[in-house]
Amino acid sequence: MNFKGRNITLHDMCLRDGMHPKQHQITVDEMVDIAGALDAAGVPLIEVTHGDGLGGASVNYGFPAASDETYLRAVVERVEHSAISALLLPGIGTVDHLRMAADCGVKTIRVATHCTEANVSRQHINLSRDLGLDTVGFLMMAHMVSEDALVEQALLMESYGANCIYCTDSAGYMLPQDVTDRIALLKKRLKSDTEIGFHGHHNLAMGVANSLAAIAAGANRIDGSAAGLGAGAGNTPLEAMAAVLERMGAVTGIDIFKLADAAEDHVLPIMDEPVRLSRDALVLGYAGAYSSFLLFAKRAQDKYGVPSHEILLEMARRKTVGGQEDLIEEIAIEMAAQTR
Amino acid sequence: MTTKAKAAIIGPGNIGTDLLMKCQRSDFIEATWMVGIEDSAGIQRARTLGLQTTTDGVDGLVAGFLENPVDFVFDATSAYVHAENSRKVTALGATMIDLTPAAIGPFCIPPVNLQALLDRGPTQNVNMVTCGGQATIPMVAAVSRVQSVSYAEIVATVASKSVGMGTRDNIDEFTRTTSSAIEKIGGADEGKAIIVINPAEPPLVMRDTIHCLTKEVPNETDIRASIAAMVTEVQRYVPGYRLKNAPIVDGHRVTVSVEVEGLGDFLPKYAGNLDIMTAAGLRTAEMMAQRRQSARTRL
Repeated sequence: MNFKGRNITLHDMCLRDGMHPKQHQITVDEMVDIAGALDAAGVPLIEVTHGDGLGGASVNYGFPAASDETYLRAVVERVEHSAISALLLPGIGTVDHLRMAADCGVKTIRVATHCTEANVSRQHINLSRDLGLDTVGFLMMAHMVSEDALVEQALLMESYGANCIYCTDSAGYMLPQDVTDRIALLKKRLKSDTEIGFHGHHNLAMGVANSLAAIAAGANRIDGSAAGLGAGAGNTPLEAMAAVLERMGAVTGIDIFKLADAAEDHVLPIMDEPVRLSRDALVLGYAGAYSSFLLFAKRAQDKYGVPSHEILLEMARRKTVGGQEDLIEEIAIEMAAQTR
Repeated sequence: MTTKAKAAIIGPGNIGTDLLMKCQRSDFIEATWMVGIEDSAGIQRARTLGLQTTTDGVDGLVAGFLENPVDFVFDATSAYVHAENSRKVTALGATMIDLTPAAIGPFCIPPVNLQALLDRGPTQNVNMVTCGGQATIPMVAAVSRVQSVSYAEIVATVASKSVGMGTRDNIDEFTRTTSSAIEKIGGADEGKAIIVINPAEPPLVMRDTIHCLTKEVPNETDIRASIAAMVTEVQRYVPGYRLKNAPIVDGHRVTVSVEVEGLGDFLPKYAGNLDIMTAAGLRTAEMMAQRRQSARTRL
């Protein structure tokens, strides 16, 4: 692999995906502090939203410490060079949230659907494109379908106006070959000027390896998270990714040491517990369950005395998709009744 | 011997055809028109069953109305075209039962507010909210009639195969209309609706979670009894409506889960989300027809 001279856009997730392990309780001050450090390190794009996207504030997914609007306005105000992105899951957030985010100064909107349901994203992608924003179609749980099925969905999002399509490994299940197959076919079938991205989770410790496979197959946007702060075992550790890319000759515009400082001195201190490849995270990646189910399963374990990794296995067995957190408590109650 | 009220169905797709099957069994409603825009399988099926059909859309119904009038029109098309359909149909004196999320007329969740709507007198247009609304708002109301609910949130998880292009093209309409009805009909101060679409095979049966935050500490005994009674009410027109938990009470949170299995008339059984719409629409027309019938009898 030789990435000499290739421009790769690294996109930080710690203030959005990182909201999951923080139960959406990152404070506005912490967000502003971390965004400032990432900005100083030259991270070009930083995502800031509720973990479940705009409008995610809910009983079901958790109420955040502040509103999306408060976070976005504060962070946009703070950064000098970085652009700010926001995530939107149709079915949770609406075009009203999208307009609000654009009004806050967000430059990138990522419209996320399950990997088979792209046609619920038309109105949001249309609007984002009409507002002149960098518009990304984000196909989640992409391990659950073949590369051919994924491309069909990607083509829909592209037809709605997305200028970038993501293969999103929400469960951290994929192995490098899985990534290569999907990204290579996206590269072949999408327009030549449509960018391709990869979003990894580190549940099988494949974050960096999978991202490299994605770049080799034609992706140029890679998600990661400073100090790995994200759901499950976290996202691809951004500082490691940046360092590896620099060693391979790619151009990211990131100052490795400043990014390492941001991770060590700004992100690490806010962690409630270390984001690591725990038994639960391993099960997510091994069986293919949505990474943000982890803390819900842990809470159900505490309440109903059922092992969290067993709950997560059951969630994978039932072919659940992102957003089905409400099933976790029900499964725990069923499992507890069976053991009694 | 009572005569059945006559009804037209606009939209011969899956919903319209399922509704037609249900009308075939109704003691109060007889479907006499199927209105489409092309000679589709649904139009052909309706014709075989002896209904008058048109492929000229609502204008075809208007043109033939004098010869073959109806009391009710079910609109099973989309929110985009509903306004025009409603205007033309109500001008003829028929009552519009709106199965789209257009929400021109008042919301109707039969076990919660149909009686109140009937008591208010004739209505030109009633709106059946959304599938998620029909499945969940009875539970919100079951809690809010016991004690004040400051916030109610519903999560509808439905099989990918049961979500048509109308809903997919405008999924925000689902979110907005359902949230609004959670407040107006469910009785919560603030409402929120979430929809999750799952493509698993075999398709999953519609599942809904209803979270209510009560202002005071939840009165668990009364809430349980109220929910049980409401479930029985919904089961009168959707027999496959089932409570999945106790409910869960945690602090001020009351969480109810239900599963909605359809009758499988035309739509598959897992599509309880669609079945509950057609069943609620028909039940609304039946209750209105009964009310008119008894009014005539008294005269």
